[in-house]
Amino acid sequence: MANTGAPTSTIFRRPKQSSSWTDWLTTVDHKKIGIMYGYSAFFFFVLGGIEALILRLQLAGPDGSVLEAAEYNAMFTMHGTTMVFLFVMPIGAAFFNYMLPLLIGARDVAFPRMNALSFWIFIFGGIFLYSSFLFGTTGPPAGGNLPGGATDASWLGSTINGGWFMYQPNAGPRFSTGTVLDYGSIGLQILGLSSLIASVNFIATVFNMRAKGMKLLRMPVFAWMTTVVAFLLLFSLPIIAVALFMVTFDRQLGTLFFDTFQGGDAILWQHLFWLFGHPEVYILILPAMGIVSEVLPVFSRKPLFGYPAVVFAGAAIGFLGFGVWAHHMFSSGITPVAQAAFGLATMTIAVPTGIKIFNWLGTMWMGKIKFTTPMLFSLGFVALFVVGGLSGVTHSIVPADWQQTDTYYIVAHFHYVLFGGAIFGIFAGLYYWFPKLTGRMMSEKLGKVHFWLMFIGMNLTFGPMHWLGLQGMVRRTWKYPEEYNFGTWNMVVTVGAYIIALSIAVFMVNWIKSKRKGVPSGMDPWDARTIEWSIPNPTPEWNFGVNPEVQGLDDWWHRKYDDDEEGRPVRKADADAVIAQFHEQGVNPPAPIHLPSPSYFPFIAGLSFLAIGYGVIYHTRGWGLPLLIFGVVLLLSSLIGWSLEPIEEEHEEVHA
Amino acid sequence: MSDIAHDEQVHETTGIETRKLAMWIFLSSEFMFFGALISNYLLFKGRPGFPEPYPSEVFDIPFTSVSSFVLLMSSLTMVLADHALHKDDQRSTRTWLVATALLGMVFLAGQVFEFAGFVTEEVPMKLSTNPAASAFFTLTGFHGMHVLVGVIMLLTLVGVSFRKGKLSTATGLNLESVALYWHFVDIIWIVIFTIVYLIK
Amino acid sequence: MWFRSTRRALRLALIFVLPLTLASCVGDAPLDSLDPQGPAARQIDNLSTPVFWIAGVIMAIVWGGMAFALVRYRDRGQAEPKQIHGNAKLEVLWTAIPIILLAGLAVPTVQTIFDLTECSTDAMEVDVIGHQWWFEYQYPEEGITTANVMVIPAGQEVCLNMTSDDVIHNFWVPKLNGKRYLVPGQQTTLILEADEPGEFWGQCGEFCGLSHALMRARVRAVDEADYNAWVARMQQPARLPIDGKPTEESLAEAGLDQFQGICSTCHVIDGVNELDNPVGPNLTHFADPYRNVFAGASLETTAEHLAEWLADPPTVKPGSFMPDLNLTTDEIDSLIAFLLSLDPTKEH
Repeated sequence: MANTGAPTSTIFRRPKQSSSWTDWLTTVDHKKIGIMYGYSAFFFFVLGGIEALILRLQLAGPDGSVLEAAEYNAMFTMHGTTMVFLFVMPIGAAFFNYMLPLLIGARDVAFPRMNALSFWIFIFGGIFLYSSFLFGTTGPPAGGNLPGGATDASWLGSTINGGWFMYQPNAGPRFSTGTVLDYGSIGLQILGLSSLIASVNFIATVFNMRAKGMKLLRMPVFAWMTTVVAFLLLFSLPIIAVALFMVTFDRQLGTLFFDTFQGGDAILWQHLFWLFGHPEVYILILPAMGIVSEVLPVFSRKPLFGYPAVVFAGAAIGFLGFGVWAHHMFSSGITPVAQAAFGLATMTIAVPTGIKIFNWLGTMWMGKIKFTTPMLFSLGFVALFVVGGLSGVTHSIVPADWQQTDTYYIVAHFHYVLFGGAIFGIFAGLYYWFPKLTGRMMSEKLGKVHFWLMFIGMNLTFGPMHWLGLQGMVRRTWKYPEEYNFGTWNMVVTVGAYIIALSIAVFMVNWIKSKRKGVPSGMDPWDARTIEWSIPNPTPEWNFGVNPEVQGLDDWWHRKYDDDEEGRPVRKADADAVIAQFHEQGVNPPAPIHLPSPSYFPFIAGLSFLAIGYGVIYHTRGWGLPLLIFGVVLLLSSLIGWSLEPIEEEHEEVHA
Repeated sequence: MSDIAHDEQVHETTGIETRKLAMWIFLSSEFMFFGALISNYLLFKGRPGFPEPYPSEVFDIPFTSVSSFVLLMSSLTMVLADHALHKDDQRSTRTWLVATALLGMVFLAGQVFEFAGFVTEEVPMKLSTNPAASAFFTLTGFHGMHVLVGVIMLLTLVGVSFRKGKLSTATGLNLESVALYWHFVDIIWIVIFTIVYLIK
Repeated sequence: MWFRSTRRALRLALIFVLPLTLASCVGDAPLDSLDPQGPAARQIDNLSTPVFWIAGVIMAIVWGGMAFALVRYRDRGQAEPKQIHGNAKLEVLWTAIPIILLAGLAVPTVQTIFDLTECSTDAMEVDVIGHQWWFEYQYPEEGITTANVMVIPAGQEVCLNMTSDDVIHNFWVPKLNGKRYLVPGQQTTLILEADEPGEFWGQCGEFCGLSHALMRARVRAVDEADYNAWVARMQQPARLPIDGKPTEESLAEAGLDQFQGICSTCHVIDGVNELDNPVGPNLTHFADPYRNVFAGASLETTAEHLAEWLADPPTVKPGSFMPDLNLTTDEIDSLIAFLLSLDPTKEH
């Protein structure tokens, strides 16, 4: 065990545990990091939602004049970028961070300081991206003219505006002048690094940190989905990193990768982007599928139907997800053989997806269903994801996709799977695991109001988009004329969007109220099945008072219940005593526990990326290159200092 | 031993030391990174109609062979450093680590010299000459940066060994993981050298 | 409780949804992809309609199954449920059935891809070049260059050879076919054919910058005689104002002078000037009756719209490559007179 005696004489003294706000800056505790991810992600969710509400005002009627063209392009780009990279991915990280060690019986992740680093890189990357509103410039394409002779768009338009997908050469130096797309390409690069580091951490954790007896096929489904997502991140992020470097070099160093006037290849960007971009969408949905697979059994009072099938289907989706990227490019001029191949490959993904849906149905079937809020959101997930999944299958019918692609029909598809799917699943998880975080229950009444408002709002918003797309409304379109006849349904869509916003407000009220005055949850409030409920609520700092020893799937359930001859559960005579015993050893661990010490280095290393980012963009200005060098030096020295810092400083006994 | 919270026993469910495991996981990601860069080069290298020169026209294969050999030798010294650590011979470990870092730096110097030559030729080849050149410099440039990061890690290990008196398993940076990384960087170079320089 | 309020909510939802659905069915959607007016669009529609139905049926089955389960198996205080872990036979069933279904769909899908990929050998050729933010059409055999409105003979297959002059665009006329990219530096192909004469609207589908929303297309299919007449008059040089004619013509003559002074650096009018790489659309027969839209097919060709455009192009189309030329009202009036006089069907 590590105790090297003398404390390291780093530039700063090694921080101690629990010293007020610096606690959060220097923490390496996976739960605190998860909480920071969660609040940050939710903050960006609200920002991304506001961007959507603004652009829905512009599109509510024909020939809208709420936004200028430049502002509209900025709003739809930032809405997509924010929701994908700054909300769904980080809130997935929030769940992975907080829950994964608890689900596998560990005290923390494999590399706590690296875990903190992932968070700080993410938050500084997000700040960097959004600082484009303040500092970014965006002019017309070279040779073009902005209204009124302006050289730059308004502040609302001066942010990343090439679409979240940044198709080249439109998002290259010739056609997107100014700095906003440098903020975009560099900002995304920084965010990608954060997720890559996290993925290494989570894979190492799942492989090496499982409790005794926690064989892989005894892990909760959410732990499995975390693992698959980590592998998807691991293999897809490098490709977008290469693509983003190529764009950044085109914009900053004069390389010619995508400059079609000089031999560059416009379609190459799309291949590289979608090689990442398609696995990315499974990264977005699999965590929510994992959450739903946890929640449905608990509130059906039965095990997950077909656990191995659900696990393998998830892995299959991940694996197959690498083979379908060009289905985003069916109209791009790729050969008919390629179109056929990718169409067929895309169809195959429907199979494991269907397997999961049917197994979820099988879980509910012949269960005893309690309509708690997490259950409502999980049921909503299944119903809405099916719609999105089916519209996805219609895209795989390639010639049909030639009509559907780049229209609102696609927007409908991905919002059903991402909103009806991922976001509903995320809310299910937030309501379900709220007691672990706070020791209290969220209000069921407000929860149900939230659910119904959101369900109705979501369908009003995205349902009509199927129709609008098939009627010819294309994507990313600043306005549409009266003659296109889109006005009625667009108004419905806009109203629906505001209903969604109202439902989010209800949720926020619920969260704040319940955190302060919610009913105390006590131990195991849901009578659940998995081991994160075998420890007290809120989760103690050391997670498990005693290292768990797992005897099978749904271990916690089997400590409380036996099966009778019919296969129905019978509560064990000593179940209450067992629960009390677990509570006691959770609150008062019998043996000393050593937790890793906090560290400044992840924060400083994360901060250095800000300097690097600004330094690259402004390297031609007098102060830019020195700033860049400073950032690199800061990064290197913080990493070196980190590697010199021992894992633990002295003995920090948390429990005497 | 990784830096997790623990009580008396630390388990490694797979039996592989966690930091080495993490390095393997990270390197599998790096395969994709270099795979994309190499594919990119392969896409552009043969495209007709670009302004001259194409990368294959300016290569000095004998020179690059020598620097490739230098990098290969550095993998050998890395193995020797690892071996010395297992025998707990701190002095030899340091020596071989320094040797590896030096050989890496010689390789890098060779790259810089080579690139300087390309841009100062009569018909220069720069980043912006044509997409094939862009792809070439990006690929080899990123490889060079990986070598540089490796050299920094090696020197850090040497520094750690001096500060602590010996290289131990208490700190995060770990010789076996760095060795893995170094060998990976070498293997990638072999692939690049073959595909980019040798194969027409 | 929740159940009753659900019923109520569903009833309310129906009350809203029904009239809206009916309302939208009444209006005409010029870009309606579900209203095929040509063989390609019809072949796609024949493939996608059954697929939509199948998807609808599957959705009904899943939603129906869920609704049944949620009602039948809700917690009514009954005994705890049997702890069923799975059923291998069901797993096989609901893996095999989707595979078979998808395999069934795969065959016509692949067939249709190949059917609609290559133009037939007797197709006529039109080149489409995408610009920010207008479509240029060239008829190589006939020697015609025009913009915004593509005139084709009805009942005749047209093979579009497409590329872009700047960024990636997308050519889409929903009633005639699916969409295809216009890629700078590359060539793509699209089949276009209208069953009957008519005007078919299109839109650029690929985000291409500031005025992407305003980059539109019109395809006018006419019967063979009208098409030949159109080709003939398009092959003539422009109808230019002649000296000593009444006021309308003298205003147009002033406009011609303006054109030669200001506009001829970017626009070509056959018989007036020549350019190697014109930045703007060819204006030779700008007021031909078939060419009823301009500014990337986003505005009808009227004096009013022309005045709006000429006064300040970047305000009408943000990012426009045509700058605000600070024209006086007189200059605008004479230019409008000139442009509207470029109608080859008018007599002199």
